[in-house]
Amino acid sequence: MTDRTTTSVDQAAVRSRRLRTTFAALGMLPVLVLLAAGFQFINPRFLTETNLLIVTQQSSINIVLAAGMTFVILTGGIDLSVGSILAASAMVAVLVSLVPDWGLLGVPAAILVGLGFGLVNGLLVAYIRLPPFIVTLGSLTAVRGIARLLGQDTTVFNSDLPFDFIGNGSLFGIPWLVVIALSVVVLSWLVLKRTVLGTWIYAVGGNAEAARLTGIKVPLVLLFVYGVSGLLAGLGGAMSAARLYAANGLQLGQSYELDAIAAVILGGTSFVGGVGSIWGTLIGGLIIAVLSNGLILAGVSDIWQYIIKGLVIIVAVALDRYRLQAGART
Amino acid sequence: MSAAAQKRASGHPVLEMRHISKTFGAIRALQDVSLTVQAGELHALMGENGAGKSTLMKVLSGAYRPDAGGEILIDGVPAATGDPIKARAAGIAVIYQELSLAPNLTVAQNIFLGNEPRRFGIVDRDQCNRRANEIIARLGVSFSARALVSSLSLGERQLVEIARALSTNARIIVMDEPTTSLTSRETDSLFEVIATLKAHGIAIIYISHRMEEVYQLADRVSVLRDSGYVGTLERADLNASRLVSMMVGRDLSAFYKKDHRPPDAKRAIALSVRGMSDGRLLKNCSFDLHKGEVLALAGLVGSGRTELARLIFGADRRSAGTLELDGKPISIGSPREALDAGIAYLTEDRKELGLFLDMSISDNISMGVLARDARTGGLRDFGAADRRAAKAIADLSIRTRSAQANAGSLSGGNQQKVLLARLLETEPKVVILDEPTRGVDVGAKSEIYRLIDNLANRGIAILMISSELPEVIGVADRVLVMRDGSIAGEVTASGGEPLRQEAIMELATGAAQE
Repeated sequence: MTDRTTTSVDQAAVRSRRLRTTFAALGMLPVLVLLAAGFQFINPRFLTETNLLIVTQQSSINIVLAAGMTFVILTGGIDLSVGSILAASAMVAVLVSLVPDWGLLGVPAAILVGLGFGLVNGLLVAYIRLPPFIVTLGSLTAVRGIARLLGQDTTVFNSDLPFDFIGNGSLFGIPWLVVIALSVVVLSWLVLKRTVLGTWIYAVGGNAEAARLTGIKVPLVLLFVYGVSGLLAGLGGAMSAARLYAANGLQLGQSYELDAIAAVILGGTSFVGGVGSIWGTLIGGLIIAVLSNGLILAGVSDIWQYIIKGLVIIVAVALDRYRLQAGART
Repeated sequence: MSAAAQKRASGHPVLEMRHISKTFGAIRALQDVSLTVQAGELHALMGENGAGKSTLMKVLSGAYRPDAGGEILIDGVPAATGDPIKARAAGIAVIYQELSLAPNLTVAQNIFLGNEPRRFGIVDRDQCNRRANEIIARLGVSFSARALVSSLSLGERQLVEIARALSTNARIIVMDEPTTSLTSRETDSLFEVIATLKAHGIAIIYISHRMEEVYQLADRVSVLRDSGYVGTLERADLNASRLVSMMVGRDLSAFYKKDHRPPDAKRAIALSVRGMSDGRLLKNCSFDLHKGEVLALAGLVGSGRTELARLIFGADRRSAGTLELDGKPISIGSPREALDAGIAYLTEDRKELGLFLDMSISDNISMGVLARDARTGGLRDFGAADRRAAKAIADLSIRTRSAQANAGSLSGGNQQKVLLARLLETEPKVVILDEPTRGVDVGAKSEIYRLIDNLANRGIAILMISSELPEVIGVADRVLVMRDGSIAGEVTASGGEPLRQEAIMELATGAAQE
């Protein structure tokens, strides 16, 4: 083989790689834009200020959960317990809010409870080395039980919730829920892309054994990501309680973990870890919210909404495969 | 007169491989190798790691197709090449080192896997068990056809593999290092089975590094070296020193040469290793590594070199042993602690255990020192990472269009340099290099040798694992040889004489004990 043919082959490879990189970087943003345009075409009420505020507000809790899920999936793990943790934390938030004078502590209490459950998951995954799927499948069930136990299996109310502004107030016209979700995304970006710990998270997900041999304390990194996921689920619980003035251990947060995972995967984060971004997760979360809202506005029945959303998730995983192949290692 | 000799006198040999060559891209894995095997003969195949034995056997089993011009004759009739199914039908069976049995099935099911006796399209379990028992009885071994393979020992599993070969009426059985994981009793019963097979006229090609086995079993021995055929010795002519010289005898003049640092007894000891054991393979390994010295750790694949290196580096748990660094006892329980103490390790498997292929070259190089470079609050100092990367790319001449390119986009040699750069960023006192030039092109090889030399000249102690004897001879000041998990001996250059390959090979194969 002559040098010249080698170079032209290389150039072709570089060109196609560049194309794929562009595709990967843009991610699902074009899909979001197309969906929005499509729904606007079907129902002109879609792109109104009121409706967009509703969409972002509805997506905010899922985006907070999905941000935590991004940390976990970047290490090649999974956290199935976030919906249950959200329910337990929301119960704690409402219960603490009923304590006279100390009601505001409901928010930090919910966050701490979430962090606690997350750390237990993390300890089991990192130090006992159990598979994340199994650990969090177990806590999905166990924490759900704890959430029901907290309210003796009833709905707890507080019509005079001291932190209800979180769920229903606005800051400069932007709902607090949205402000919180965006702050979580920006903070996550800061941690993932600008700190040493963030680089370690990508390294552990990319090649855990190499990370260990490079001197990275892999168990600590794992403990951190499950802790973050639990903490953000706790925050989601506080947000949820603040919005509803109530919490129910049985129903709240059911299958939220699936929406969070779907948002992460739609955002282009690889299921095997090591590749992905928090901005992708934001877009993924918005796609899910736009899809739900747009389908309602389009008059699609509840049943068909399920079917369509499910298909979108499968297509997303197919795209993930394609992207992985695009990054095929030579 | 043996059965083999009778056969040789009468007719065609059972197997003839003629002028077999095999190239992979630009790499020549086999060059014009011919091999003749008689029925009822045990033909040993010897050679260094990478001499071409496994490739030759893969050609025989049909896994690889030989290059044009090569042919395989069975009973004097040309056979199809490059087709595993036809090879099996022609009576060729290979028993691999990694056993390929399904542990949750019975012995009989394994023996007839993919080849089950059927009646009305349904597996005939009775016939299956009956025929399996017949074969097992022929081998003279003592387990039932209905036993689960998972309940058998490694040695018994190997016998199941042999039984499977017999079930397809194999007449040529290849055994690749069959005794490596067997106990001595299991080895004895394997040898009895081998004798039975030979008595039935089955030819056995036996790959082994162990001299004593070859002495005990072989009717003839063929030696491969550097992808080529060297020669064949009859049993009567077997002689350890002759075999060793056939295996290593190669012209070194074209190879990398350096001025050996004169052995200096006064040079301080950097790392002192005492009584390292892992409770499995490694037994009581002790040695000293001096400052500014390149100490090679030679030995055959499976002798425990990588295991010993990983134990020193804290990557695996040890059952016994102590370390001293610069005369002070140190305790190392993890790679982190080893790196903090100043011991760095370059893995032999850069893709699986070394690189972060989806991350940038810059991140890969700085990965071990991120915390050291970090600014307040744990924030990354990207400037420091870029400076380190730029310096490493210049110093080690890593060929890439950008430090931000993914490590996965680099060639093997440049990937290796990235790993070396990462290791050097930790400013180690002791460097363990595991196969530093594996899968690396010639140009990068000599650059890596120069780097090793420079490091030693700066007083860094280097332990280098290598399976390539010329590399060991060319780069090392002193050689430790491992065999079966122990340090078998040491080879030093004396009086201006170079290190002797033969001495290394004798220690590695156990020929020195003869």
